[in-house]
Amino acid sequence: MTAIQSGQSLRLTGVSKNYGSFRALEPTDLLVNPGEFLTLLGPSGSGKTTLLNLTAGYVEPTVGEIRIGERDVTRLPARHRNIGMVFQNYALFPHMSVGENVAYGLSVRRLPKPEIARRVGEILSLMRLDGFADRAVQQMSGGQQQRVALARALVIEPDVLLMDEPLGALDKQLRRSVQLELRRLHQKLGRTTIYVTHDQEEALVLSDRVAVMDGGRIQQLGTVDDLYDRPVNAFVAGFIGESNLLPVRVLSTSGGQASVDVEAFRRTIAVDAAPGTAAGKPARLLIRPEHVELGRDGEGVAAEIVEVIYLGELTQLTLRLESGETLAARQITDRTLRAGARVHVTWKPGHVRAVPHSPSKPTKTEKADA
Amino acid sequence: MSRRHVETACLLGPALVVLALLFVVPLARLFSLAFTDPAGPFATFGVLAESAVYRQVMWNTFVVAVIVTALCVLLAWPVAYVLSRLEGVWFGLALYGVLFPFWISVLVRTFSWMLLLERNGPINRLLMATGITEASLALLFNNVGVLVGMIHVLLPYMILPLYGAMVRIDRRLLLASDGLGASLADTFRRIYLPLCVPGLAGGATFVFLLSLGFFITPALLGGSNAITLSMLIASFVNDRLAWSLAAAGSLALLAIVLVLMALTARLLPIERGLFAR
Repeated sequence: MTAIQSGQSLRLTGVSKNYGSFRALEPTDLLVNPGEFLTLLGPSGSGKTTLLNLTAGYVEPTVGEIRIGERDVTRLPARHRNIGMVFQNYALFPHMSVGENVAYGLSVRRLPKPEIARRVGEILSLMRLDGFADRAVQQMSGGQQQRVALARALVIEPDVLLMDEPLGALDKQLRRSVQLELRRLHQKLGRTTIYVTHDQEEALVLSDRVAVMDGGRIQQLGTVDDLYDRPVNAFVAGFIGESNLLPVRVLSTSGGQASVDVEAFRRTIAVDAAPGTAAGKPARLLIRPEHVELGRDGEGVAAEIVEVIYLGELTQLTLRLESGETLAARQITDRTLRAGARVHVTWKPGHVRAVPHSPSKPTKTEKADA
Repeated sequence: MSRRHVETACLLGPALVVLALLFVVPLARLFSLAFTDPAGPFATFGVLAESAVYRQVMWNTFVVAVIVTALCVLLAWPVAYVLSRLEGVWFGLALYGVLFPFWISVLVRTFSWMLLLERNGPINRLLMATGITEASLALLFNNVGVLVGMIHVLLPYMILPLYGAMVRIDRRLLLASDGLGASLADTFRRIYLPLCVPGLAGGATFVFLLSLGFFITPALLGGSNAITLSMLIASFVNDRLAWSLAAAGSLALLAIVLVLMALTARLLPIERGLFAR
């Protein structure tokens, strides 16, 4: 296997999926660039697994078109798509050895035996599984099984690599090291990858871009910075990182700015506004805990410290404003901050943002996620 | 002996005594009879082996058992597959359908088949009325009758283990095979079928062994035209009072069964962790 092999692009155009009267995926457009690592991040029932299964060919779209590179694969079953799929439980064939599992995709392509042996050997060595070829899969640990599943998916040199919560079954410490391993592999192989997870940390570590999904639609697609600094709505703001989301009344908007009445602060302020923020529409004010600043007196909103948690270098604070709202703050540790102290809250200008807020629909269970 | 051992011995004791007195001792007595022929200890086996009639009976028994097993596999496969895919009420109904025959005595079912299969019975009348055959077919007192009756009785023993194996197969294994580019035939041959083998082997062993020793159904539906080993043994005892021959026949049947079971265990990789997850 050569060092750099680019995958293909993946393009979904107006793809949606209904199960009976339930719409698992709203009409969706998505372009994944060749070699890109894209994560679908969202709670269960958000449509991310449906989107993955549509891409794999396990589910046919109700409408829309799916292209891998130049090929229209919309109506092709998975076996004709040249995809590599890694399942959450790995789905290793229990009656085959590690080597037979990895060789399977090549052997059903009727490749000559010597070539199969060579490629299986190469991928096992790349996955640090040398010497395990004759082991039964049940003898392998969870982390090793995960690597076997990945080797089996990669050895066929897939145009697109699809992973459905592949670290879900691993314990937390192992997960961390496998994340770094996945990143190393991706940088080395450059396969177009779509990765499904509900773990935002995983998404932030691994991805070039992240698509945050909820209610069967992509809420926002962007780099990690985009999502964190410029969330398009309250759901994304709340799902990525920690956040204070205060109810506000939008008075007016112009040129990416909004004048909002913040009830919790009992004042009107001018802030950056996400597109879609409009006077009269429900909105929230986003303040990240690290952007909350505390002063002993003077300017700002009066508040009382109700909880102090030292995290070492940082301190996590819970503040109660005079309006009764609570606010999370994170400061460089200052031992003079104690519960009960009265402070004045200000915020870094340019780091607060008004975002539209649509009350989330009652969540339905997504069949494909079960 | 520790307290635990005494307890264990007390709990097992009654069953062991009953088994020993009512099963092991009579069985040993019966088998020992095989070696009591005045002409020498192994004379009975010589009689069985040399007689063309007896050899024919044993061969017939074996052939019938093989055919019954093969047909049971073919008939049970789709039923077990459908069972493994059904859910809720439909699954309950289908399973009930498979188990229902167990509620009726084999004797009753066999007599019912005699009524259905006889020369002027409903099946023959239907065949002639629809013009499929000119004259009535001989469906009874031959191997056809034996096969029909035995398959009917033994089919559930094939369906249930096969269903058990199929329902345990993770659907994602089939999706994974599909995603790796395998044709449907490859997925069936290399993933689905091997994972069904434990159930298949279990069911086939059940059916084969039961059909080797089956008595009521072949006796009633086969009559004197399709004699099996168990019927032969019964006739040694009842008609000829030749206990030593009956014992030798029983021993021969047991030996065949043991050899076949050993072969199955050797040939099928059941212990290679096929059940393990």
